Amino acid sequence: MSELLLLLISTALVNNVVLIKFLGLCPIMGVSRSLDSAIGMGMATTFVLTLAAAASWMLEHWLLMSLGLGFLRILTFILAIASVVQFTEMFIKKTSPGLYQSLGIYLPLITTNCAVLGVALLNVQQGYGLFWSIAYAFGSAVGFTLVLMIFAGLRERIALVKVPAAFSGAPIAFITISLLALAFMGFSGLNIQEQ
Amino acid sequence: MGLMEKFFGLSWGIHPKDHKRPAADAVTRIMPAPERLYVSLAQHLGAPALPSVLVGQRVKKGDLLANPQGSVSAAIHAPTSGVVAAIGEIPAPHPSGLPVLAVTLAADGLDEWSEALEATPDPFALAPDEISRRVAAAGVVGMGGATFPSALKLASSRKAGVTTLIMNGGECEPYLSCDDRLMRDEADAIIDGIRLMLYATGASAAIVGIENNKPEAIAAMQAAAQAYSEVSVRSIPARYPMGSEKQLVQTLTGKEIPAGSLPAEVGVVVHNVGTAKAVRAAARYGQPLVSRLLTVNGGAVKHPGNIVVPIGALVEDVLAFAGGFSATPGRLVMGGPMMGMSLPHARVPVVKGSSGILALAGAELADREEGACIRCGSCVRACPMGLLPLEMARHIQGDDLKGAVKLGLKDCIACGCCAYVCQSHIPLVQYFAYAKGTLAAEDRAKLHADATKKLALARGERLAQEAREKAEVAARRKAEREAAKLAEAAAKTATAATVKTVETEGAPA
Amino acid sequence: MLVAISSLTILGAAFGLILGIAGRFLAVEADANVAEIEALMPGTNCGQCGFPGCSGAAAAIAAGEAALTCCAPGGKAVAVALAEKLGVSLDLSGVANEGPKVAGVAEDLCIGCCRCIKSCPTDAILGAPKQIHNVLKEACTGCAACVEHCPTEALLLHPVPVTLPHWVMPRPAAAF
Repeated sequence: MSELLLLLISTALVNNVVLIKFLGLCPIMGVSRSLDSAIGMGMATTFVLTLAAAASWMLEHWLLMSLGLGFLRILTFILAIASVVQFTEMFIKKTSPGLYQSLGIYLPLITTNCAVLGVALLNVQQGYGLFWSIAYAFGSAVGFTLVLMIFAGLRERIALVKVPAAFSGAPIAFITISLLALAFMGFSGLNIQEQ
Repeated sequence: MGLMEKFFGLSWGIHPKDHKRPAADAVTRIMPAPERLYVSLAQHLGAPALPSVLVGQRVKKGDLLANPQGSVSAAIHAPTSGVVAAIGEIPAPHPSGLPVLAVTLAADGLDEWSEALEATPDPFALAPDEISRRVAAAGVVGMGGATFPSALKLASSRKAGVTTLIMNGGECEPYLSCDDRLMRDEADAIIDGIRLMLYATGASAAIVGIENNKPEAIAAMQAAAQAYSEVSVRSIPARYPMGSEKQLVQTLTGKEIPAGSLPAEVGVVVHNVGTAKAVRAAARYGQPLVSRLLTVNGGAVKHPGNIVVPIGALVEDVLAFAGGFSATPGRLVMGGPMMGMSLPHARVPVVKGSSGILALAGAELADREEGACIRCGSCVRACPMGLLPLEMARHIQGDDLKGAVKLGLKDCIACGCCAYVCQSHIPLVQYFAYAKGTLAAEDRAKLHADATKKLALARGERLAQEAREKAEVAARRKAEREAAKLAEAAAKTATAATVKTVETEGAPA
Repeated sequence: MLVAISSLTILGAAFGLILGIAGRFLAVEADANVAEIEALMPGTNCGQCGFPGCSGAAAAIAAGEAALTCCAPGGKAVAVALAEKLGVSLDLSGVANEGPKVAGVAEDLCIGCCRCIKSCPTDAILGAPKQIHNVLKEACTGCAACVEHCPTEALLLHPVPVTLPHWVMPRPAAAF
């Protein structure tokens, strides 16, 4: 149990997928204008990441390894991820048209969110079992959502203050997220990875 | 919050220097009607009154000038005897200086009361609703400045089953002392008015709350209320905005009025002490509200004090009667310095809700340069409604009015405490006034759009029906034409047949 | 090689099948959004946007073919409401926000031709042949549909005059 907790903390905070590994930056910059859509995006990505990790583990172990088709790994993973994203898109379009509209192009772009493929590939690299793969993916997704929400909250406040013209818009957002990344560096002091 | 207040005292509000004396201690003066009076038709909350007199008509003091129009409105009466000189637009006592419809009265100097006043020796013998009716007929509105028609408030309190009547003698605005003076001079009349209001509303007890910086008024009112157990007079801490409805009710009863609801929700109703006197005059003597006590004060006024002024007198006449200026006034304000309205010029009339006329000069209006918000939080501490003025202003500055509403903009009472305490001199309360006005304008636009949408739909239906009727008529015509054609054809064949027969018959054998 | 091709083909077919079935169950009737958008429009069908009436504009907006700012009488307010509904950020810099307007008839130019009356989507113009027409301010949406129908340019849009109860405190000039 404590191992699971450690894994979750280590993936969500210490090895944060966005701020430490620099994966999945596209939606972080794109969907962080309002907290509401950030939460929606975070939930969608969590769903996709977890499911895709499970699917890719199964594909890896039951198909690719048994048939010796390791060279097809990226291709099959992308296929699985794209299918899950398509499903998520249909589901959100049906259940929450407003969220669907506000996520816009970033929803199908979860397919190319490198965090999703990255986590699936990392799972293979680390040689986790099915359960631990899912836990690892879920922890990463929680970290992604957390950063997205914190950043969206910051940006909502930045939108209300006067920023020098040269820095307004994307530049101040980049400066903010880099400061956020510095802050997350502090989590490495927890040093739970090796225990 | 409750516990903190118990131990550390009230934390909201501010303590501005009150400037009430010496004006409050000066003997009350009565201003005779000037030559011309400009009686505004929009002196109350709600729809403006509809004039019921004609130009050239002679009226006596207390005669009806205008009827209430709509459900929230109040009647307007002649403040003196004279002739109606004009009915038209005059500048309103409002910072915008926009025009307002008014009846201009040329006074004849006799100041004769109308004979048609319905006096009653014992108003307590009347039905409670009859008192409300008389108050309505007298055009009484809230004298504290909100100018809500009092009769409506009396009647609705009765319906809502209000148990406690709170009388507002707080007068927390600096400079103003008209309520103070009224309580000192006419405590008996006010207590009588309060008893009449209790009778009209069906409430069982009345609490008069008076700030402790008016010891003379408290003493006078306590002496007058001694004989009546249902009326109690309580001293409350002097603190701005103690005279605000929600704060007063909470201080006196410990009950907090929920956001967005009326005091009736917690079983109380709040009236100003000046209203009690006007209610008494209406119920006992049938006298309409045609004059009011107001404070003339400020650094530029030579003889500050309280004056009974006929409604409709121009501010410049009132200032002249008060003794003129000792310095050039930098700004004229109607009402108090915190929530009053700065006037564009002095040629605007006194209305029922004018509690004071201030001519401020010199240090009183140090124009302060605005700085950046340093997020010190002074405004949060000062806000009597427990809002976050700095956050609300930030949202309004960023054109996010919805965000400001989420933070409680609608609960803002515009008391101005936040702007008063702001270290950076940010005009916070002006931001809120701007945002509230803009939101109200948006709501109006939405109502207008809904109404026009209905019109457009009705037009579409009408056009469709016209087209349908036209088609029907055309179809009927066509049918008729065809029937006629058929008949004609039949007739033709018949004639042809006859002709043929005739021909056959007539043919030589 | 054959194994690779066939396994990928089977995989693709399987995922396709699953998505196809899911698509059947999660099908969205396309009009739900359009109706909600139409409810936000002024509904006067003035045709200023270039689409056939407000329903046409709503369909175009839902399909992403029309700009949110296409509604002239709705102005900034409608554009903001639409952006909020659709959850997109809006660039209002192109929208001239001149405030609400109403049409007015210049009495000395009106010849009483009745052409404007037929064009008004809200029946806001009153008049009879050879009589000077007038506009009911309460019913006018300021859509300008009548302006182009007037042969003598007697119909013009004016800003709605500010009255005492409708006065709004101006926004303080921010020093920072």
